[in-house]
Amino acid sequence: MTLASPTTDRPIVALTGVTKRFASGTRALDGLDLAITSGEFVSLLGPSGCGKSTALRLIAGLSEPTSGAISWSGTKPGARRNGLEVGFVFQEPTLMPWTTVANNVALPLALAGVARDVAGKRVAQALDHVGLAAFRDAYPRELSGGMKMRVSIARGLVTDPPLLLMDEPFAALDEITRFKLNDDLITLWRAVGNTVVFVTHSVFESVYLSSRIVVMTPRPGRIFADLMIDAPFPRDESFRTSAEYAGYCRTVSQALAQAMAQTVVGGKP
Amino acid sequence: MTAPPPDAPRVATAGISWLQIVLPLATLAFGVGIWELVVRIGHLPPYVLPAPTVVAATLVKDWSLLWNSLLVTLATTFEGLALALIGGIGLAVLFNQSRLIEYSFYPYAVILQVTPIVAIAPLLLIYLPQQAAVLACAWIVAFFPVLANTTLGLNSVDRNLGDLFELYGASRLAVLVRLKLPSALPYMLGGLKIAGGLSLIGAVVAEIAAGSAGAGSGLAYRIAEAGYRLDIPRMFAALILLSAAGVVIFLALSAVSYLLLRRWHESALERER
Repeated sequence: MTLASPTTDRPIVALTGVTKRFASGTRALDGLDLAITSGEFVSLLGPSGCGKSTALRLIAGLSEPTSGAISWSGTKPGARRNGLEVGFVFQEPTLMPWTTVANNVALPLALAGVARDVAGKRVAQALDHVGLAAFRDAYPRELSGGMKMRVSIARGLVTDPPLLLMDEPFAALDEITRFKLNDDLITLWRAVGNTVVFVTHSVFESVYLSSRIVVMTPRPGRIFADLMIDAPFPRDESFRTSAEYAGYCRTVSQALAQAMAQTVVGGKP
Repeated sequence: MTAPPPDAPRVATAGISWLQIVLPLATLAFGVGIWELVVRIGHLPPYVLPAPTVVAATLVKDWSLLWNSLLVTLATTFEGLALALIGGIGLAVLFNQSRLIEYSFYPYAVILQVTPIVAIAPLLLIYLPQQAAVLACAWIVAFFPVLANTTLGLNSVDRNLGDLFELYGASRLAVLVRLKLPSALPYMLGGLKIAGGLSLIGAVVAEIAAGSAGAGSGLAYRIAEAGYRLDIPRMFAALILLSAAGVVIFLALSAVSYLLLRRWHESALERER
């Protein structure tokens, strides 16, 4: 196994037997066991309705599991994690339209009561990371979709969280913007050295970005396959057009097809 | 750096076409001209229908009296509006923070709103000193649109932004001040625009109701008083001032709304085609 970042193999967060049942009776997740190792770029891949976003929200603490446990390294099982340990990037940019880019990025720091001058430096650094240093005083309304998503990523990174959770962040973007942001995300991840859990329904995107892909089955959400993508980083256009990339895509596509076929056999289309 | 990005949508500049100014003025001139002609040709006496020129002359002749009365009515209107703003937003925030308070009091806010103010005013005049009663009327009609709109705004917060605040452990106060109130601002300003006109109506209704008591000095009181004396030109002059005041209030509140929203809200942005 060739992990991208020189980190230890201890899990940063582990889900054991996690089940999530909604009030409507829908079982979104059923006995999910998943350990995220520090420094990984893990993609949760599956069709819509496989509970991948639910898993992400459980990890973020935005929702409680019906049963099972989520444990963090260095804390007791069930202990609530500090808000600063996790960054979250939603499918939409989710920016406050009434204030500037800089204030949007500064929000997590402001809510944590970080002093303004310290926050200012970290905001500048985060904006620099996503290439938007010149737009700190712009309003979200004035930015393109891709730029808004960059602001959202900068906000996710501003607290320097060991774990960054991303919920289909590029799904609404055009392919050119998406490829560019994929490249930038890899560069960023390698520079920052954090752990990323990335939810997507795109085989190609997951193979390009990830060091590990977890394929899930829908209704109820379970893990079907856990695949390592051993291609070395940095990855770029030559990787995207290589036979190796095509080979991984084929393997992952097949796993996804099997995962969905299994569900159909199980009786629920 | 403060330079806006090159692809920034152009913020609406005072791009009013000259037609939007000239056409309504032409309509006005035409209407006033017809009015003047009808009075002159029909030899109508001023106590039946005063000619526009007579009304204008009255406006000049009675200016100091009418102006002072206008100031009284405007003071009531703005005090009522300010109280409506405080009361409406305050209640909306309170309702938003506590379901129990909302369930207990919201129906009565609705009842207060749907009961015609003309019917409430005489009672208020019995129990309150006149000035307070007039103010109360302005408040009653003006606070509800602020309350209803602010409530809607506070409940229209982007779900994901709400999740984000929760994720970062925001306190209730932080959620209110940094998320809910800014989200509700466009709604509040919409309510404020309606409340401005209603506050003037409330003040006028109460002054008219108080008119027979005779102690008033507002513009509506002047209309009632002039009515008793069959001083029709003065009634028209006072009416014109009241309308103008309403229009100015509306324009002022629209300007406030524009200034507060022009950088970010769809309603204040002009699209380039």
